[in-house]
Amino acid sequence: MARQGVLVKPYHRLKLDQVEQLHQASLAILTDPGVLCFNRNAAEIFGDQGAEVLPIHQEGAACWLLKIPEKVITDALQATPKVVKLGARSENNCLILNGCEPRVYFASGSETNNWLDVDVEAFVSKRNPSIEVEFPVFRVEKGNVDRLAKAARLCEHLDSWDSFLRTVNIQDDDITNDNKDVNKFFASLNNTTKHVMSGLTELGQLSNVVRMSQIIAGGEDQLRENPIISFITCMVKSPLQLVNGTTQKAIEIAKTSIPLVISSSPMGGSTAPIREEGMVAQINAEILVGIALTQLVNKGTPVLYGSVPGRAHMVNLYDSYGVPEFNQYNIDCVQMARYYSLPCYSTGGISDVMVPGIQASVERLFSHILVTLAGPQYIHYAFGLLERTNTFCPVQAVLDDAHIGMVKRFVRQPVVTANRISESLEQIRKAMGTSHKLYARFVRSMLRSGEIAPPYPFEGKDMIDETLFRARERMEEILSLPPSYLPRQVVDKVFQEVPGLLTRLRDS
Amino acid sequence: MTEDLLALLKENVIQGRVTRDDEGIDEGMVGQPGVSEFIEKALAQGISPEDMIKRGLTEGMDIVGQKYEAGEYYIPDMLASAEAVGAAMEILEPHLAKSGIKSKGKIIVATVKGDLHDIGKNIVSILLRGAGYMVKDLGNDIDPQTIVAAVREEKPQFLGLSALLTSTMIHMKDTIQALIESGFRDKVKVIIGGAAVSEEFAQSIGADGYGANGFQAVRLVEALSTDVES
Repeated sequence: MARQGVLVKPYHRLKLDQVEQLHQASLAILTDPGVLCFNRNAAEIFGDQGAEVLPIHQEGAACWLLKIPEKVITDALQATPKVVKLGARSENNCLILNGCEPRVYFASGSETNNWLDVDVEAFVSKRNPSIEVEFPVFRVEKGNVDRLAKAARLCEHLDSWDSFLRTVNIQDDDITNDNKDVNKFFASLNNTTKHVMSGLTELGQLSNVVRMSQIIAGGEDQLRENPIISFITCMVKSPLQLVNGTTQKAIEIAKTSIPLVISSSPMGGSTAPIREEGMVAQINAEILVGIALTQLVNKGTPVLYGSVPGRAHMVNLYDSYGVPEFNQYNIDCVQMARYYSLPCYSTGGISDVMVPGIQASVERLFSHILVTLAGPQYIHYAFGLLERTNTFCPVQAVLDDAHIGMVKRFVRQPVVTANRISESLEQIRKAMGTSHKLYARFVRSMLRSGEIAPPYPFEGKDMIDETLFRARERMEEILSLPPSYLPRQVVDKVFQEVPGLLTRLRDS
Repeated sequence: MTEDLLALLKENVIQGRVTRDDEGIDEGMVGQPGVSEFIEKALAQGISPEDMIKRGLTEGMDIVGQKYEAGEYYIPDMLASAEAVGAAMEILEPHLAKSGIKSKGKIIVATVKGDLHDIGKNIVSILLRGAGYMVKDLGNDIDPQTIVAAVREEKPQFLGLSALLTSTMIHMKDTIQALIESGFRDKVKVIIGGAAVSEEFAQSIGADGYGANGFQAVRLVEALSTDVES
């Protein structure tokens, strides 16, 4: 049985005719100005399908301008699966992403260099030295394999965290580009029974990662049936450029039939138009060309429509996720994916600030709620991200889990039935028959069945905000639980057959 | 037999069930007798009201209090149990005098003049009844003269005044003034509560105590009871 996610009644920002206009605008972009392609194989594949391929003479990398006709895109869209299964070590943790059903799942994301720990220190008031108060203090550490594993263990135990998308960049001294992929996938798969998604650092490591996944899934066929991993590829550099390396990775991954996210992340105001219609027309064109390529390589490749539209910060041109436009872009993209009946990998729950606190909560909750309401199948970036996509904070992830739990409760559909109305009328009669006229007694069974929300789990007392302290305690409690390691014989087989794994991961 | 009945009484207090129609904490209790039915049965069997109160109701409420402190019970659970005890006490009231059992005390509660908000006052009433006090609830929007008349009539040990609004809390002071003028102020302990008021306000108007919530109100009455007795 797959994870349930939350089924929403989608909020539609765009009218259908606006969606159609944007679709047409994207198709127009693909013929004029077209797409710059830095990958020879992709240029040939599109050329074979009738795209106009014009060599561009420029210094450095080889490049072709592709003018892709509508039929190439629409045929590819027809071939693209509308339902994608993201498997998991535990069958109960599988995700079924149906492009026609707005059932939302939540995942982590990015590959941050930084890991932010939260400590607690006592401070003494300068004005009154008898007053000592505890405050959180923050410590930035480098992402490494141990911390990636720790994040996977958190994911395993947090209910709203449906899928583990690698959180930190592993920067250990003994990690190189040649062994990064196997180690990040192993550290993740060995610590969570949920679906694991990641980018591929080195194309040469693809076969090793696939072999590892086959061993863990139980064999080649079992991996096909239960794809416990998936890949993210950002083959498009906005605006409208297919980069060589990642495009080649996407081509090779498509041949394996392992699910693949075609992700594009333009920034409104720098690498895409800042206006909504321009941004959406461009990102949609970028995603469509990527999806089309995978289907031309291997018809039926399971792909997710990966929309990561951001807006540029006008002070420094960094990406800015706390602005309302970010939500508008993302909601629109969810609608575009739905127009094609494709599962949407969307973006939400991220903030610009460096540490947990008020700004972080406001910004991330804003998109947690709004993007969820749009009904994408998969929201990434939803756990622990701070300082845009530069920092992962496990305590923030614990907070996000609780907040997403509240959002999921909110978007659940109302249950108004004759039977329930009748029960409520009976309650009203009973309460009116008492001197106190209170309904508290009727709350009790709902409290225990989980039908109504529990109190905020990190609430403090008195005049001190204890949220981070409580969340940190919860994190430590989870990390003290026994990890869900792979069976010993599976680990042994992985280490026998897959080169490049760090011995210390086996010993752990 | 007596032991079994008292155990069932206690268990139904813990479950917060007034009658057989009520749900409990555990599944499948609807249809089984609740506190009211067991009290009637115990009376019919000649079990002493004192045993019912001490070994059924009070012991049950003690466990409920422990569960609440441990985070196992929520306020609705406490209220349901207190309501069950209150219902039991109402049935037992005529039998208490015959048995020579003294009530823990009588309390008049009211929401003051101009204020229609009575949730807090109702919760306090339920909890006080659950703690074994006799509660006379005058209702809401009650002017000082009506309250003084009730004090004269009922002779309570305590008067609980409630106000939600900053515009009505002043009538607590008016009520205390009316008690002074009628000569009843030293006959009754006045406690106040409600969102608008505070410990400081209680002191400023000459009240005897302030309860920030229903549980504090019960503790306050328990503490002041010692003064009353002494």
